Amino acid sequence: MQYQSQAVAKPYFIAAIGLFVGQILFGAILGLQYVVGDFLFPEIPFNVARMVHTNLLIVWLLFGFMGASYYLVPEETETELHSPRLALALFWIFLVAGALTVLGYLLVPYATLAEITGNDLLPTMGREFLEQPTITKIGIVIVALGFLFNITMTILKGRKTVISLVLLLGLWGLAVFFLFSFYNPANLILDKYYWWWVVHLWVEGVWELILGAILAFVLIKMTGVDREVIEKWLYVIIAMTLITGIIGTGHHYYWIGTPEYWQWWGSIFSALEPIPFFMMVIFAFNVVNRRRREHPNKAAMLWALGTPVMAFLGAGVWGFLHTLAPVNFFTHGTQITAAHGHMAFYGAYVMVVLAIISYAMPMLRGRAAANSDRSQVMEMWSFWLMTVAMVFITLFLTGAGVLQVWLQRISEAAQPFMVVQDQIAIFYWMREVAGIVFLIGLVLYILSFFVGGEEKTVKA
Amino acid sequence: MNASVQTTGRYPPGDFAIWIFIYAELLAFGIFFLSYAFARANNVELFNDSQLLLNRTAGAINTLVLITSSYFVVRAVAAIRDNKAQLCAHWLLAAILMACVFLLIKLFEFYTKYQEGITLSTNTFYMFYLSLTFFHFMHVILGAVILTAVMLKARRGGYTREEHTGVETGGSYWHMVDLVWIILFPLVYLIR
Repeated sequence: MQYQSQAVAKPYFIAAIGLFVGQILFGAILGLQYVVGDFLFPEIPFNVARMVHTNLLIVWLLFGFMGASYYLVPEETETELHSPRLALALFWIFLVAGALTVLGYLLVPYATLAEITGNDLLPTMGREFLEQPTITKIGIVIVALGFLFNITMTILKGRKTVISLVLLLGLWGLAVFFLFSFYNPANLILDKYYWWWVVHLWVEGVWELILGAILAFVLIKMTGVDREVIEKWLYVIIAMTLITGIIGTGHHYYWIGTPEYWQWWGSIFSALEPIPFFMMVIFAFNVVNRRRREHPNKAAMLWALGTPVMAFLGAGVWGFLHTLAPVNFFTHGTQITAAHGHMAFYGAYVMVVLAIISYAMPMLRGRAAANSDRSQVMEMWSFWLMTVAMVFITLFLTGAGVLQVWLQRISEAAQPFMVVQDQIAIFYWMREVAGIVFLIGLVLYILSFFVGGEEKTVKA
Repeated sequence: MNASVQTTGRYPPGDFAIWIFIYAELLAFGIFFLSYAFARANNVELFNDSQLLLNRTAGAINTLVLITSSYFVVRAVAAIRDNKAQLCAHWLLAAILMACVFLLIKLFEFYTKYQEGITLSTNTFYMFYLSLTFFHFMHVILGAVILTAVMLKARRGGYTREEHTGVETGGSYWHMVDLVWIILFPLVYLIR
């Protein structure tokens, strides 16, 4: 660790992993509820489990992004963080607010939660992924502003690199677009229209900038390749991301009551969204092939190379699968979407956060560069278990989705939703098994932190 | 042209990163053109009828304007290869002025269409006409901004006969913008 203040990243990373475990546990419950409908009912109804599963994902990724920023910004700017104390204070505020929100979901009915949190005064609740009580949303904005203030001040006083500026742009975008979660018009079309400004412009816009910056940072550190080369790639990748991603929002506007031209705009531009991901794959392997040193942290390298590959498959290929309007006419809102969502989130965002944790954590825990061989071997096992499990989750959900589309929407004798769900149950069972394998991988991942042994040293 | 002109002999000219960007841009426009062809095949009559209402003269003038601007960029690159930085900057300025002429004519076209009450929702042809030309319009602006940055650096003496990658980079991008228009104009305005 080159700068003292980088240490604040550690609690963020630990909290991220903790919440990740929660997310996966609820995922396993949820997966079982697909086939055993009354599992844990009425304690944890399906809608609540789903809300917790998706909200925890978002929150732990945010913890991961913040931890990553606190870790990489001091090194990039070559200066200590503006205020490590503010970073720690915000950590506790965010963690407590997040925990209280999840407890609220689990302990009281959602309508009661809305009532006791004063949703009437400024109604923002009740929309997918933005279910948080209004006061939690306000809390998120306060935390985000404090965080941005801290990071921006640090970057302003230090060295300005392309990586830190791209990261900053992504983080500011994240905060700005979240503000649309407070806009909740009565008109359902307008509501959905701006809802996507948070959801889509996050994951298919500004988050990709954060992803690019974190990945570039890890690759520079691990390969020792010239900054100039990496920065050039980053420019091209973020330009393509923004061009395709912003207008690509249109692929959500096909059937919600917006003008017809969105079917063309959405189809054309979102069809190009795989390009920046493909560039990331070429970029990462190119940089690693040109490496000037053999970094001892093989596990981190695995995550860093896995990220673009899985992101390209999950976000790029599985996104393209159902992005064209004539296809989406039949597939929207089916398990095809779920398949894409799982692999895209895992490949793009889960893996990049795990990559920086894998890279940074040994140093944060006082090692020179990497964990012991034994620890790394276990971590690499967890990489393969989780990644392969995710591939199977995606494939099984795709199978379920294709059948669902056929039986429910295309076939001459189209059948009702629940009748079809019964017929594709076998895919849900197999997905659940794959999900359990994922959970085992995650347990191994956590255990790898507690495996001792002699540290690997840096070779020049 | 000047036979003594020095070339760097590198291929492709300019920074390699711009070529990745150029290919991505061409792919984007390519998909747009294919979509146009696909939509037209299903609606030949509508496309032909609507096409007749476009201002072909404005489109033709703009084609000449862009080709001329590309020629000026070629002269700018030739000038810097001859180590004449100020001349290079002058040619670039001429190219940028032509870009502005293009933008003005295009704005006039957009304005008259707006006056006629034509929007993206009028019909599929106009959806494509407005989208494609506007998308290209934005690229002309970006290209002009790039050329301006190159011109300012040339004026400061930032380029020499030996090192002028930036001029080639900006020039390559500008030719792409021109090339797209050369396909767009006949495709949308003329071919029936």
